[in-house]
Amino acid sequence: MIGGLFIYNHKGEVLISRVYRDDIGRNAVDAFRVNVIHARQQVRSPVTNIARTSFFHVKRSNIWLAAVTKQNVNAAMVFEFLYKMCDVMTAYFGKISEENIKNNFVLIYELLDEILDFGYPQNSETGALKTFITQQGIKSQPQTKEEQSQITSQVTGQIGWRREGIKYRRNELFLDVLESVNLLMSPQGQVLSAHVSGRVVMKSYLSGMPECKFGMNDKIVIDKQGKGGATDDSGKSSGKQSIAIDDCTFHQCVRLSKFDSERSISFIPPDGEYELMRYRTTKDIILPFRVIPLVREVGRTKLEVKVVIKSNFKPSLLAQKIEVRIPTPLNTSGVQVICMKGKAKYKASENAIVWKIKRMAGMKESQISAEIELLPTNDKKKWARPPISMNFEVPFAPSGLKVRYLKVFEPKLNYSDHDVIKWVRYIGRSGIYETRC
Amino acid sequence: MPAVSKGDGMRGLAVFISDIRNCKSKEAEIKRINKELANIRSKFKGDKALDGYSKKKYVCKLLFIFLLGHDIDFGHMEAVNLLSSNKYTEKQIGYLFISVLVNSNSELIRLINNGIKNDLASRNPTFMCLALHCIANVGSREMAEAFAGEIPRILVAGDTMDSVKQSAALCLLRLHKASPDVVLMGEWTSRVVHLLNDQHMGVVTAAISLITCLSQKNPDEFKSCVPLAVSRLSRIVSSASTDLQDYTYYFVPAPWLSCKLLRLLQCYPPPEDGAVKGRLVECLETILNKAQEPPKSKKVQHSNAKNAILFEAISLIIHYDSEPNLLVRACNQLGQFLQHRETNLRYLALESMCTLASSEFSHEAVKTHIETVINALKTERDVSVRQRAADLLYAMCDRSNAKQIVAEMLSYLETADYSIREEMVLKVAILAEKYAVDYSWYVDTILNLIRIAGDYVSEEVWYRVIQIVINRDDVQGYAAKTVFEALQAPACHENMVKVGGYILGEFGNLIAGDPRSSPLVQFNLLHSKFHLCSVPSRALLLSAYIKFINLFPETKPTIQEVLRSDSQIRNSDVELQQRAVEYLKLSSIASTDVLATVLEEMPPFPERESSILAKLKKKKGPGAVSVSDLEEAKGEGGALNGSGDRGADAAATSNSATLSPSADLLGLRSAAPVAPGTGSLLVDVFPEAGPASAPAVSEDGFLRHLDLPPESSDSLLVEAPGESDFEDPALPLPESDDLLYKFVCKNNGVLFENQLLQIGTKSEYRQNLGRMYLFFGNKTSVQFSNFTTSITCPGDLQTQLNMQTKPVEPLVDGGAQVQQVLNIECLSDFSDAPLLNIMFRYGGAQQNLTLKLPVTINKFFQPTEMSSQDFFQRWKQLSLPQQEAQKIFKANHSMDTDVIKTKLLGLGPALLEDVDPNPENFVCAGVIQTKGQQIGCLLRLEPNAQAQMFRLTLRSSKDTVSVHLCHLLAEQF
Repeated sequence: MIGGLFIYNHKGEVLISRVYRDDIGRNAVDAFRVNVIHARQQVRSPVTNIARTSFFHVKRSNIWLAAVTKQNVNAAMVFEFLYKMCDVMTAYFGKISEENIKNNFVLIYELLDEILDFGYPQNSETGALKTFITQQGIKSQPQTKEEQSQITSQVTGQIGWRREGIKYRRNELFLDVLESVNLLMSPQGQVLSAHVSGRVVMKSYLSGMPECKFGMNDKIVIDKQGKGGATDDSGKSSGKQSIAIDDCTFHQCVRLSKFDSERSISFIPPDGEYELMRYRTTKDIILPFRVIPLVREVGRTKLEVKVVIKSNFKPSLLAQKIEVRIPTPLNTSGVQVICMKGKAKYKASENAIVWKIKRMAGMKESQISAEIELLPTNDKKKWARPPISMNFEVPFAPSGLKVRYLKVFEPKLNYSDHDVIKWVRYIGRSGIYETRC
Repeated sequence: MPAVSKGDGMRGLAVFISDIRNCKSKEAEIKRINKELANIRSKFKGDKALDGYSKKKYVCKLLFIFLLGHDIDFGHMEAVNLLSSNKYTEKQIGYLFISVLVNSNSELIRLINNGIKNDLASRNPTFMCLALHCIANVGSREMAEAFAGEIPRILVAGDTMDSVKQSAALCLLRLHKASPDVVLMGEWTSRVVHLLNDQHMGVVTAAISLITCLSQKNPDEFKSCVPLAVSRLSRIVSSASTDLQDYTYYFVPAPWLSCKLLRLLQCYPPPEDGAVKGRLVECLETILNKAQEPPKSKKVQHSNAKNAILFEAISLIIHYDSEPNLLVRACNQLGQFLQHRETNLRYLALESMCTLASSEFSHEAVKTHIETVINALKTERDVSVRQRAADLLYAMCDRSNAKQIVAEMLSYLETADYSIREEMVLKVAILAEKYAVDYSWYVDTILNLIRIAGDYVSEEVWYRVIQIVINRDDVQGYAAKTVFEALQAPACHENMVKVGGYILGEFGNLIAGDPRSSPLVQFNLLHSKFHLCSVPSRALLLSAYIKFINLFPETKPTIQEVLRSDSQIRNSDVELQQRAVEYLKLSSIASTDVLATVLEEMPPFPERESSILAKLKKKKGPGAVSVSDLEEAKGEGGALNGSGDRGADAAATSNSATLSPSADLLGLRSAAPVAPGTGSLLVDVFPEAGPASAPAVSEDGFLRHLDLPPESSDSLLVEAPGESDFEDPALPLPESDDLLYKFVCKNNGVLFENQLLQIGTKSEYRQNLGRMYLFFGNKTSVQFSNFTTSITCPGDLQTQLNMQTKPVEPLVDGGAQVQQVLNIECLSDFSDAPLLNIMFRYGGAQQNLTLKLPVTINKFFQPTEMSSQDFFQRWKQLSLPQQEAQKIFKANHSMDTDVIKTKLLGLGPALLEDVDPNPENFVCAGVIQTKGQQIGCLLRLEPNAQAQMFRLTLRSSKDTVSVHLCHLLAEQF
């Protein structure tokens, strides 16, 4: 169980320190600072064990969150909690920064008291928390008995994430499929590794206690239906479009028993924004861009680089925020760049040429060429040639995921599935999208 | 040195550094540095040549980046270019970069060396200095090789500037330290020594560092520096404070130079030249006098400088150790410092006094300060000073003040700092032992020590006290009484319980007369501590219990009850369980005689170096030479336990002594591994196969010691109880077999002898009957009481031999002799020897001795004369393979024919002349007479003088006789 939780700024000063158990002393705070934050070598492992005490940390911009324990806890649970904690703080006061944390430290302590009890995680649902932990300060008149009992019954009840009696004039629902595609490609264009990690984020404004059912082109479901329906054709056509999901996790509102037995995703949604599911796929990924590098070393003092990028999706779609980062050797003394499209610049502070293109349609290609002058050094080490990396945003899901339906049932109130306005959006972003050169 | 002009401020560098300092995060810093590096690269790459200023600036930036911890792989060339600049600042930065970032890159090193050479050859002193500094800063082997020849020349050249000479001397010193084999002084030696006469004080100061270092290497070559150093010193010491101008530091003339001179002199013995020596003594006296003068300034620097010289002078005085007058004066001076306000001074004074105390001249003088030192020990705030005070007390201790010092150290121990407690304990233990005048005081002290600082009392300390108590009869009673009293405290330290258990187990009987410490009370007292102890202590207590059973039979039921309880006999610890089981059985099966033998009092320990001393030395480590010197000096102080030369061989033995600290107390432990056959020790108490199976490996008293760790768990003791025939009281002495062999060929002689007792024997045999006279002589002047002897025939021997004797007088006066007659009848042939057990009390201690009686089968030989023909006829008759026994063995004694003849005659049979065709061979014939039968025996001994070998062949009508006789005889030649 979590023994304590500390939040540090980038200098290692403690902003928040909450100790839940007696086995964690004050010296644990310093141990983490000395051994992780101020460590001579960068500490890459998120779990550090110092003197029989385990520290689990996550870093958000310049802020370190560290959970401390002396027991043998489930590390995944601790990290899940830390992420949840970040979400909750973001929901309350926006970006996690030193200033925000300092300004809201009373609130944070209040939250920490609520979401962790003696080191055991409790309800961390933002919506529920917001009903009784408010930022407005203490209201002049206390909440009525009724309200209080309502909160109690919600928080302690079966559906802790949604309160009863919500009413909207317009029943609306937003669904975003957000994916990030990761790639490592050899200079010859061979895919060395590729995977997509995606999230389904929903924003729901629905009245009452609606029962929802979410459907997508999951291969297992489609195949099962294909078998159920006797026709061969439907099986073939759906087989092409279905995707194989490697693993997925759901929001706590999803009924896991139903998913396990029928693989259907049904749930009573929380009010407002939440992440319905997270998933990962590794097969049949649509790679939105292809990078073709060409590096030629001319003697010891000159390097010629040519990079071609090709967009590989429907011409009607537009990719945005494209950025190609071409690393330069450490002894670069001068760079000349020529590009047909967008803007390119040598950034000495990052040891890279950065090429930016605002938007680019599908099935197009573009090119950059650069001449890099080198300073001869007495260092015998050869340049390691780090890979060329790329950033972009495309309006489709590179994994091929499609939302097939999202049905809403509310038996008590008189609105039906058709009355709900639904919005679906697909965004594909680059994760670590690299090509070796 | 040219001042840095405003234009050289290098604004760009300042901006860059402030940028870096303002970076919020590491990432930002790296970005800024990358940007700067790219900028510098483009500048260095740029086509137009950079001017010296910007080159210097960028090299500076690179240096700064490097010092921040980033790799720099370019810019070396630019730095080397800076070396050839004519501007001081540019050259300086170039040298700086090189001394920080140089690596053994061959081409650059050549360029750098070239630059340095140019600068060394230039007439500009500042450039020369820069070059010399760079060489010293780099100090690599390459540098040493390149410039080792050049620098001495610069050093001794007449036209070199003083500042350059200083640098050259220090540079040479550095190179000499880094690679001494490259820097050869040879021809320069005398000229370097003469630098001591240089006009410029700075040069002298620099040169003296070099000379000190060199003269430590080969003192003979630099011997000539002593008179020069003395004259220099006397000039400084006698000069007025204003004479030396620049080199006067807060009214003290050239303090650093003085200190260095004094230190140089410490490399050499006192000067032999009377004039020089006189001058030096004068100097030292002046220094001591100056210390008495009122300070010329209140500033702390003034007194620091003055005291630095004074302490260095005192070190020199101690080093010479030949001027009693100076030593005493130094001691008095230090005595003043003992009460000085300044903590550092007190520390230094105590430290120096520690060395003074070891000098015979000043020992007494040091002793006068004992009160102050004790006071320092008690009241000093700083623990390191207290530690020094404790050291000094230890050093100044001798017979006259030992009691006082030990008492003070003991009382201080209660409040002492934890870090020095263990050392203090060791010191107290050593002093108490070394200067003990009466043993009761010693015992009191050590028991007090254990009481006060139990946790810090190491094993060695309590081992030692037990060793001493056991070796000294006169303290045993007192020790028993004292530990008994000490154990009565409600909370005892475990070490106290150990000592108590051991001493009461050994000497509890000495205080058992008092009803307040009756055996049961003693036992209950010990047992009340049992449950609070660790396993080793419990094991020791169990041994003490079994000894109690021996000492006080009335406690037997109680103790057996304790041993029988589940917590002992089923203890989860194997050692405890085994002890409980074995002791229980031992106590219930063995007769009192056996118990008394097995559980006899410990024999005195052999004298060797005190293990505590060894431990203290080890603690101090090899660096603390002075301490071991002290020990050596103390060796003659007279030790409690005899040998005065302990100090001398202490160093040699300390290693081995510390390796197995327990060996000192339990001397047997070291013997145990040598005896692989020991198996379980107690097995042998009930020998089934008779005494012949007794292991001949153990030392005397081996078995009586119960604390020996059982080597194996397969004790027969548990299986043995059914055995009926164990009236054999004890084992024969291990050497008794040898004694037995001695008497195979003779009948009269000294059978056994030790410090107390001599046993002589005389015997005559006829046919199958024999008579043996035993003479017991008391070698001491004290009466033996309860003197009893008993003869036993182990095993089958009972049916083979019939022995009769009368008891002897129970009292044997000092110097007196008693006689005992034994009548022996041989019933049938036998191979074992009967055992003689002697028991008596000597000075309160029960003595127990078991010997083999020299009764062997050959004693019953009847010689038979026969002719050569007869002999060979009979020889052939006894031709069955089992009737013959043959042995080929190497001669252990002389192969002289006469000697062999005498031996064969002494054996019993007739020696037949002219029987064997080979005259070298010996042939014997005889009949062994027993009551039941007569056994004919023929013998042939063939010596081979070349190979120093014998072949012995025996034929007899009984196979066992052949084998046994052959075995006996083989030991004789």
